[in-house]
Amino acid sequence: MRDTIKKVLIVGSGPIKIAEAAEFDYSGSQALKAVREEGIQTVLVSSNVATIQTTYKMTDRLYMIPITWWAVEKVIEKERPDGIMVGFGGQTALNVGVDLWKRGVIQRYGIKVLGTPISGIERALSREKFRETMIEVGLPVPPSGSATSEEEAVKVAREIGYPVMVRVSFNLGGRGSTVAWTEEQLRRDVRRAFAQSYIGEVLIEKYLYHWKELEYEVMRDYKGNSAVIACIENLDPMGVHTGESTVISPCQTLDNYEYQEMRTRSIRVAQSIELVGECNVQFALNPYGRENYVIETNPRMSRSSALASKVTGYPLAYVAAKLALGYSLPEVINKVTGSTCACFEPSLDYVVIKVPRWDLQKFDRVENSVGTEMKSVGEVMSIARSFEEALQKAVRMLDIGEPGVVGGRIYESDMTKEEALEALKEKRPYWFLLRRQSPEGGRHARGPLGSLRAGHILREETQGPRGLLRGAQEDEEARQGHPPQGEEVGLQRLPDSQGGGEG
Amino acid sequence: MTYCKRGTKGYLYLEDGTLIEGCGFGARAVRAGEVVFTTAMNGYPESLTDPSYRGQILVITHPLVGNYGVPKKEAVEGILTNFESEKIQVAGLVVAEETEPYKWNSVMSLHEWLHSEGVPGLSDVDTRAIVKRVRTKGAMMGVISSGYEFEDPRKFLEKRYDEIDFTEFTSPKEVIVHRNRSDEVIVVVDCGIKHGILHSLYQKLGYTIVRVPCKTSADKVMEHRPVGVVFSNGPGNPNLLKEPVETYRALVEYGVPILGICLGHQIGTIALGGRIRKMKFGHRAVNKPVVDVTNNSCYISTHNHGYAILDKTDMPYGAKLWFVNPDDGTIEGWYHERYKILSVQFHPEARPGPWDTTWVFDRFGKLISP
Repeated sequence: MRDTIKKVLIVGSGPIKIAEAAEFDYSGSQALKAVREEGIQTVLVSSNVATIQTTYKMTDRLYMIPITWWAVEKVIEKERPDGIMVGFGGQTALNVGVDLWKRGVIQRYGIKVLGTPISGIERALSREKFRETMIEVGLPVPPSGSATSEEEAVKVAREIGYPVMVRVSFNLGGRGSTVAWTEEQLRRDVRRAFAQSYIGEVLIEKYLYHWKELEYEVMRDYKGNSAVIACIENLDPMGVHTGESTVISPCQTLDNYEYQEMRTRSIRVAQSIELVGECNVQFALNPYGRENYVIETNPRMSRSSALASKVTGYPLAYVAAKLALGYSLPEVINKVTGSTCACFEPSLDYVVIKVPRWDLQKFDRVENSVGTEMKSVGEVMSIARSFEEALQKAVRMLDIGEPGVVGGRIYESDMTKEEALEALKEKRPYWFLLRRQSPEGGRHARGPLGSLRAGHILREETQGPRGLLRGAQEDEEARQGHPPQGEEVGLQRLPDSQGGGEG
Repeated sequence: MTYCKRGTKGYLYLEDGTLIEGCGFGARAVRAGEVVFTTAMNGYPESLTDPSYRGQILVITHPLVGNYGVPKKEAVEGILTNFESEKIQVAGLVVAEETEPYKWNSVMSLHEWLHSEGVPGLSDVDTRAIVKRVRTKGAMMGVISSGYEFEDPRKFLEKRYDEIDFTEFTSPKEVIVHRNRSDEVIVVVDCGIKHGILHSLYQKLGYTIVRVPCKTSADKVMEHRPVGVVFSNGPGNPNLLKEPVETYRALVEYGVPILGICLGHQIGTIALGGRIRKMKFGHRAVNKPVVDVTNNSCYISTHNHGYAILDKTDMPYGAKLWFVNPDDGTIEGWYHERYKILSVQFHPEARPGPWDTTWVFDRFGKLISP
């Protein structure tokens, strides 16, 4: 395919805003690099002057115009590219791609869509189509059903199992949706919901209360070769936007079966949308059982893809662009090692934690809790050989005045247990730093892992990787119970210096 | 500044003279073995019970091990579904950090498991430094200790890994039968089979499985009137195994469809005139690519081998190239056109690892009944 393509149009991401930030500058730049290496001319549409991708050296032609279908159509008319890439500029670029296709612009000019075909993108973007597709290929989605009467609602809920979420159909923004834990509650909620619904229909959905949320990053080429580059586990349960979640990679609480089952499913999701390039697939996993559900997929470079690139060192955007040009995975050489091919799954001997950075005081009348909408303005990523070290580094570098998980303003605040629990329930930003006052009310008994005591409270509240927190807690207890005898010994002793170094 | 949460120190001695100090966990014991590392990030219950690791000290490169504890053993018709064999097979385990579990199906911690099975563990060491050493100097013998000071670790290193026939420890002493939907029989020449392979055969093909000891003659195998024979994985040096090689050669003459996996693949290679050599430090991972050269497809697969066909000139007579590792060119599988033989070096059953290549079992099924 790459022999017939002389000029490629790449749709950039435009202005930086919450949820669409510099990661799309990164993906666009990588794509430009990958395409230009092939001796193909590049045309970039991006309206943001303050990005790397709009630097004069990055692209052959640059249009600094709004990223809308009509503006891009003008560029197409003028430049007549052979191919178009819409997967490297975030959701904006993807939407423009779909718009251009629906209006027949791409077809009229005979342009090849490089990467995932538009039909696949549409299947991934529309909630209904995605659900249908998943059911078609036999992948599990959260069970749901609609009801037009109270009895019907009760019947549907019985099939699904409690707790259930009751939604009023055709009500935007999820308003009027409630959670019912028992049949009694359901009957009450359903009556109210019917009163609100114009068409007299309610939607009963399984409520994935405190299920684990996981993300897989999948690469797939036109031949169907796939590799799953990273698995990211959210410390926050379902219902918290990924951009608002504290996450850890690689996944820490999955056993082999869980990991592989979801890995295989993520590849089948990629297959079902005819992915060529990169996508991320989100799963909900029951913390007390084997069930998992496919939640959604983003058939493009996303925030988590950018994170996964940094976590693993695998250049996702670069490789995705090569795949879009018609390479197969084993043909692409891994830029990191310089000798191995891109068909592999990075294995880490470290852990990575990402913590969002909130700046809520800058926004007027903003709700002070972490939820389904993204409000964080940035994030910190830290790499370490242990969970505690990674968390400590990340918190210190948040630049919120906390020196780490211990000893800062939030740590020192004299919060009662009730207040701390309340704050956790609300899921205020930096909830993981909360710590209740010591029972005596005086100065806290402090240890290097002192603040992880919050983990104990959290256990009632969240489904994070609690084993880690509990492990740390017992660690602490063990330490206090059995102080190291005599002289402290070094971490390791190597007779000669060779091979020490890193770590 | 290390302190040991269990109050026990531990050591790892490498034959190049390196002595590494850390914390002991699991059983108080000293064990010798070949020091190898795996880069798998989860699946430690499967890895530790994999008979192919017999006689080896396993270093897990991922730093946190034990987060999800150890589940209860579950089995279908005598075939374990969540472990690879009845007990821990590794001589010792080395991790950076051994953690306490919190998981719905965990019945004990990693420490408790190792302790109950008499296997020593070593934690709080720089696993990356060990891996770098093994990678530059090649596979090494080593001695692991949990709770004991070394006086002279060299005395444990009298025999080398490559000189010991470990299948003596991993192969069953008697015939074991797993009844299935069909009464027709697949014979498994069991040199230390992973239950993952049995499970895949059992589920996918439906034949009754008869497991015979590693050193069973071809005549004894044929007494079961098998529709197909599987040569299993197993530990150690394939060049020491004379009897299974003989058996393989004779079975080829009988014309029975054969599937060889890992050690079984190596036995087959030697039987048909190929050569198996020791690799510098082997492949032990769940993220290795293999390219099917017949159609240029790429799969991510589980590897656990220290020996392999290193070169095309080492290929067995009449065999066709099937799988190659694109990174270092190791030959990972071949098939035979004249005889009905499939032979793979990697582990299509995964466990731990990706399910991308489980179709190899279906292909074997087609070989048996087209």
